[in-house]
Amino acid sequence: MSKVKTVMQKNSQLIIPLIALLAIVLFNVIRCVVIGNFSFFEIRLTENTNILSGNVINILKDASELAILAMGMTLVTSASRGQDISVGASAAIAGSVFVKILLANPANWGVIIIAILASCVVAMICGAFNGILVSIFKIQPMIATLILYTVGRSIAYWINGGATPTIAKDHPVLYLGGFFPGNPIPTPIFIVIICAIIFVLVLKFTNLGLYTQAVGINEKAAHLNGINPIKMKLLTFIILGVCVALAGVIRVSRLALINHETILLGVEMDAILAVAIGGNSLGGGKFKLSGSIIGAYVIEALTNTLYAMKVASTDVKAYKAIVIILIVVMGSPVVKKHTSRLWSKLFKKKEIPATAGASSSKGGM
Amino acid sequence: MQKDIVLTMRNVSKAFPGVKALQDVDFTLRKGEICALMGENGAGKSTLIKVLTGVYHMDAGQVNIAGIDKAITIRSPQEAQNMGISTVYQEITLCPNLTVAENMFIGRGKYNFINWRDMEKKAKEILDNLDIPARPSQQLSNCSLAVQQMVAIARAVDADCKVLILDEPTSSLDDQEVAKLFALMRDLKSKGVGIVFVTHFLEQVYEVCDSITVLRDGKLVGEYDIKNLPRVQLIAKMMGKEFDDLSALNKKEISSTEDGETPVLEAFGLSSAAGVKPFDFKIKKGEVNGFTGLLGSGRSESVRAIFGADRITGGKVKMHGKTVRIAKPIDAMKQKIAYLSEDRKGDGLIADLSVRENIILALQVKKGFFKPFSRAEAEAFADKYIKLLEIKTASADTLIGSLSGGNQQKAILARWLLTNPEYLILDEPTRGIDVGTKVEIQKLVLKLASEGMSITFISSEIEEMVRTCSRLIVMRDRKIVGELSSSEITQDNIMHTIAGGGNS
Amino acid sequence: MSKNNTVSGRKGREPITDTKLLLTITICVFFAMYVLAMLIWGGGFLKPQQFINLFNDNAYLIILSCGLTIVMISGGIDISVGGVTALVTMCCVVFLNSSGGSILGSLCIALGIGLAFGLVQGLLVAYLDVQPFIVTLAGMFFARGMTTIVNKVPATVTMEAFKALKDMRIEISWLGAQSKGGWIPARIELGAVIALVVVLAVFVILRWTRLGRNIYAVGGNNQSALMLGINVKRTKFYAHLFCGLLAGIAGYTFLLHIGAANPAGDANMAEMKAIASSIIGGTLLTGGVGNIIGTLFGTLTLETIRNIVVTSGLKEPWWQSITYGAMLCFFILLQSVVLARRGKGGLALPKWLNFGKKKSDDESAT
Repeated sequence: MSKVKTVMQKNSQLIIPLIALLAIVLFNVIRCVVIGNFSFFEIRLTENTNILSGNVINILKDASELAILAMGMTLVTSASRGQDISVGASAAIAGSVFVKILLANPANWGVIIIAILASCVVAMICGAFNGILVSIFKIQPMIATLILYTVGRSIAYWINGGATPTIAKDHPVLYLGGFFPGNPIPTPIFIVIICAIIFVLVLKFTNLGLYTQAVGINEKAAHLNGINPIKMKLLTFIILGVCVALAGVIRVSRLALINHETILLGVEMDAILAVAIGGNSLGGGKFKLSGSIIGAYVIEALTNTLYAMKVASTDVKAYKAIVIILIVVMGSPVVKKHTSRLWSKLFKKKEIPATAGASSSKGGM
Repeated sequence: MQKDIVLTMRNVSKAFPGVKALQDVDFTLRKGEICALMGENGAGKSTLIKVLTGVYHMDAGQVNIAGIDKAITIRSPQEAQNMGISTVYQEITLCPNLTVAENMFIGRGKYNFINWRDMEKKAKEILDNLDIPARPSQQLSNCSLAVQQMVAIARAVDADCKVLILDEPTSSLDDQEVAKLFALMRDLKSKGVGIVFVTHFLEQVYEVCDSITVLRDGKLVGEYDIKNLPRVQLIAKMMGKEFDDLSALNKKEISSTEDGETPVLEAFGLSSAAGVKPFDFKIKKGEVNGFTGLLGSGRSESVRAIFGADRITGGKVKMHGKTVRIAKPIDAMKQKIAYLSEDRKGDGLIADLSVRENIILALQVKKGFFKPFSRAEAEAFADKYIKLLEIKTASADTLIGSLSGGNQQKAILARWLLTNPEYLILDEPTRGIDVGTKVEIQKLVLKLASEGMSITFISSEIEEMVRTCSRLIVMRDRKIVGELSSSEITQDNIMHTIAGGGNS
Repeated sequence: MSKNNTVSGRKGREPITDTKLLLTITICVFFAMYVLAMLIWGGGFLKPQQFINLFNDNAYLIILSCGLTIVMISGGIDISVGGVTALVTMCCVVFLNSSGGSILGSLCIALGIGLAFGLVQGLLVAYLDVQPFIVTLAGMFFARGMTTIVNKVPATVTMEAFKALKDMRIEISWLGAQSKGGWIPARIELGAVIALVVVLAVFVILRWTRLGRNIYAVGGNNQSALMLGINVKRTKFYAHLFCGLLAGIAGYTFLLHIGAANPAGDANMAEMKAIASSIIGGTLLTGGVGNIIGTLFGTLTLETIRNIVVTSGLKEPWWQSITYGAMLCFFILLQSVVLARRGKGGLALPKWLNFGKKKSDDESAT
């Protein structure tokens, strides 16, 4: 029983995002019961093309870019104690580079891979730009990234020579945004899974998590322990750059075009929201990657639910806002304090005198 | 309420999740009395103060203040102020972006509009009266920490209070400033103000206080007249057990004729961006050396330069005779040097991480980015040191921020001991720590030295240095002005070397 | 005893406060830029109307920036203001065009909406301790969404009385330019006057009232402000409330200038421009530092850059953003460098108790 308790305590920050996700699912269940059909939850295998389709699949697929960005944003928020609002603009730049290389060369996988690498490099440069401003010039992340936010999409426009180029329908790169032949699962979902696995492996087999959190919680202390805060912050921004490139590539492949003005517009806000819904502090420090990923799917599920309820796309924002407020209020420290008081009243915890655990060095709970 | 009593607290209790910080505590303060509130860390002093100042709300109990018949409830710092309770906190609770004058008057009284000229004039009067070297229109962050603390004191004192609470006010002050503070306290005393003085400096308590209230484990031990409570008894009451005679500590006498042996570390002309003038330094194996001098004399900066914590601007360092390059902390750590910084909260603790993570941190960084410790390894390390240093914590997973000061310090010490250093630098390891832990740490220092570790020990309490160091470097104004060894190390000699023979 | 309390080492003279330093830089840069523009491109820049148009065209932005500066000084942020402006504009248009429409009524609606947003956001941030970024982000979403819900398509005000107000001009006869049709005196719109009144009012409030100084204190150090007896929650609440109110006024001013509402394109990126203006004006995002005159000049600087870009013939649509970004970058770096040289190690990190730059002090809080 105590092991379960420790597991629950360690993952206590995941409670809010999980409850939110559960609530949305429940809401849809009730809605389906009311309207009399469960088509919302249906997952079908289409007859001719043999691919999975349905709302649930759409949610998983549409949240891909957001989930990947949320992962990177978590690291940046943790170490730099602020938000990067330029990810949408940087993705536009990365996407533009991607398309430019694709269109200028024959349509084969070699070119595609080079294009992806190139857009990664470009996005990493954007990340490094932000990272240098934040780590060396000690500028608050939101302010530093305001520059690229303002300028990024215009740079993308300039890269595209003032046009919104499209990709031919039969270009193999579209598999990245859609389905690989013979594969029923949409490719973006795969990419997210691979990305998540890479993150988990990196966090497990390196000290990225420990160093990032240390720098975010107390930079001076981290420095005195031999960590280089400047390098760490820069690293997180560069990692976010890779995520940005991936997001841009996926989105371009899905739409088969790049419109610098509209691609991934507003995704930075959603990414920051995902991090917050995931229970991570926007002020930096401790983080749980899984929280942000769940947060991304919560946001997507919410949007999808609203569309399924035939809410006009322009009105979606208003409803989204209300749900976000509810979720975030639930997770607010004040509310948490009151609920934990209620909790302890209900379960009447025994109070330990001042010298708690004096003799037990192992002190397991 | 009795005529001469200004404040009573009766049956005050306060509990936090899992911890009973105060249990049924009584406290009485008379008019014109300076009362020391003492107890080890975790005794409840801090909580009692915060209850009085409205930061915490007590769970049970009654507080009465002179001039108000009914029992009072203090719900916020604002209310405490309005009732005549003025407080100077341990950390500087002023706003660095406001001017000195503004900091002195903001939030007080009933006003709606600011009259800058008036405010600055009044501020100037107070500053002049107290001889504080600051200008009313100066931005606070442009003043040194000591001056900032004095501005905080000036604010509290000006507030026409009935009760003045001073929570460790002297940790940032040098002797002259402390003397000024005491003169101020005596002045207020003569005006009938009741003063609560929380401090760990025993000497100061006996110099200026009239009575002592001792807390232990959240309970009241007793209220005593200072005449009736000699030091040893006080410490016994605080610790609840018989007290080790500190003077029985044996320190190793380093024979200064062992010139043949290569020093563990040598520094030549070392200087750093923190303003340390080029200095030479060396330390031998198993030696305990100390840096002493007035606050601001450059002791911390010097050791930080050795550790590479500040940007090095010149000089050479040799370890065991070989030249090495130490430009940043990781370089020093690789050379088996360890550094316990003086500002535990500011650059020692990683507050939101667990005790275990804090303990393994330095060794982990030493090991490398790509080689994290396994769960089992980390647990083993942490448990070993929690036991060894008797760190009181509910578990190794507890957030280090929730431990008491002394236990936090032990955890940070564990962190550095874990790296198995050849040379350990301890900068104010006993500051803000209860007496019991202070003794433990001093004993530990001597034990480690006898096992071959070289140690640099910096402390504001000269007695501690006299007790543990076999060689003492004296600094003034950022440069080394003298070195004392073995039998030369006495309080008198130290004072004289610091003073520099003639000029003060 | 250390008398060492000066930073720049100029003995005897007190170092200038952060606020004043940044303000001075902003004003100097603005004037330098404008003078350069006058010298290099002459023409339009030499006409006083061009300068006055900076106020006429951007009155709403000036007001928004004022609101944002207040919130930023208190340590928070409000990115909903653009959305609120758009919502207010649309609601007023719809109201004015309806049968019961009146100017007074529309003013009440504008202020009401602004206050409502400020109220809710203030409550959530101050009393429920929710991150201001998230709360105002939701506010932005809500406002933008509501704008289309209120009216899907662009609409113009048809009410005569309002149109008269919109076209009202204050003329300065001695300031003006000679043109083909004769002497054209310089014209100031109503909106510009409102903007200047707002700037003045905010200046007075920030400098001379208790609330204003409390806002600075809270932004400087939350914890200290609490210990000093300031009601931190109430102060933060009022900061957000004030910002919301100003957003409402800005919306009305916007309407006075344009006379129409467009749900898709109104006040786009206005919040970011307002933040940029505040930053250029010397406001620190971390709180405690900022001044309204600087913000005013920040807005003027941003818009002057836009004029320069247009005049200099850089026609491609991306040049405006790129110059905005470059200007912003310049000021941000400048701030960082200036503050670093004063020994603060660059912009301070938020919630930092006491960034004792003088590591030379052995004293520090335990």
